Amino acid sequence: MDSKGMADAIPRLGALDHLGLAARAHGEKGAAGVRLAERRFLAKLNLRGDPNDHGFMGAVASVLDGFEPRIIPNTAVHTGRFDLLWLGPDEWLVVAADGAEAELEARLTAAVAPHGGTVTDVSESRTTIVVSGPNARDVLAKGCPLDLHPRAFAAGACAQSLVAKVGVILHRTDTAAPGEPARFELHALRSFADYLWRFLDDAGQEYGVTVMEG
Amino acid sequence: MLLIACPWCGPRAELEFRCGGQGHLTRLTDAMEVSDAEFARYLYMRDNPKGWHYERWNHVNGCRRWFNAVRHTVTHEFHATYKPGEPKPDLPRS
Repeated sequence: MDSKGMADAIPRLGALDHLGLAARAHGEKGAAGVRLAERRFLAKLNLRGDPNDHGFMGAVASVLDGFEPRIIPNTAVHTGRFDLLWLGPDEWLVVAADGAEAELEARLTAAVAPHGGTVTDVSESRTTIVVSGPNARDVLAKGCPLDLHPRAFAAGACAQSLVAKVGVILHRTDTAAPGEPARFELHALRSFADYLWRFLDDAGQEYGVTVMEG
Repeated sequence: MLLIACPWCGPRAELEFRCGGQGHLTRLTDAMEVSDAEFARYLYMRDNPKGWHYERWNHVNGCRRWFNAVRHTVTHEFHATYKPGEPKPDLPRS
């Protein structure tokens, strides 16, 4: 289906539009310990295939700027234009800019189908909440059983887990540069996004919460 | 919180997992030939030991993969977790 055509016909509603986050967004970092933002409508493609098949891995790399899917569990690659997250031993998530899904799905499918790979557009299933700032880990620790300490969860790590009982794909997107605060992207099913946002907003109150532009 | 070692993801909290019952069950290849009693035994009857137990587990809130585990039904201790297709580990002595 042509998502652009649909978007023209029916205005798209973000999962958190009813919270009026744009009006609360400061855009500047301020002194808050926790910064929250929603990145709406990111393109997300579920990719499956055999990591032992060099043809499949090469086909993915030919579309994704030369980067192969990671075979090390719970790690991601950032190619500049795409994030490629490990989800399982034969499953990955490709995250790209809003609007890229239709063309990317077509190109990836054409590349991996001869090698038995499949591509599924799952963009609309999840929205992305960004938790960053000096206290980002403290807030997530209130609801997530993962060990997010830098020693256990390095820059570029990703994992599927629960935050306040909501299933999320969690991706650490900061580069661990000195002085750079932690930044996590939480891809959560959109029907849970309202609850998850309110949980994070509430859990962050003791550190101060700033809403950022997505 | 009990930590369970997913063969792919490593140690994770128990609330990410679901137990899928007894492991290493083999599907009947001659289901049309066996008697109803034998089929019922295959379909319904499971081990219920007080001690070590071979089980299937699913990392349902993680990588969503099935794997096998050896768990003690009294202490909940996990002796081993291993990928499907890998051989059954020996049971510990205790």
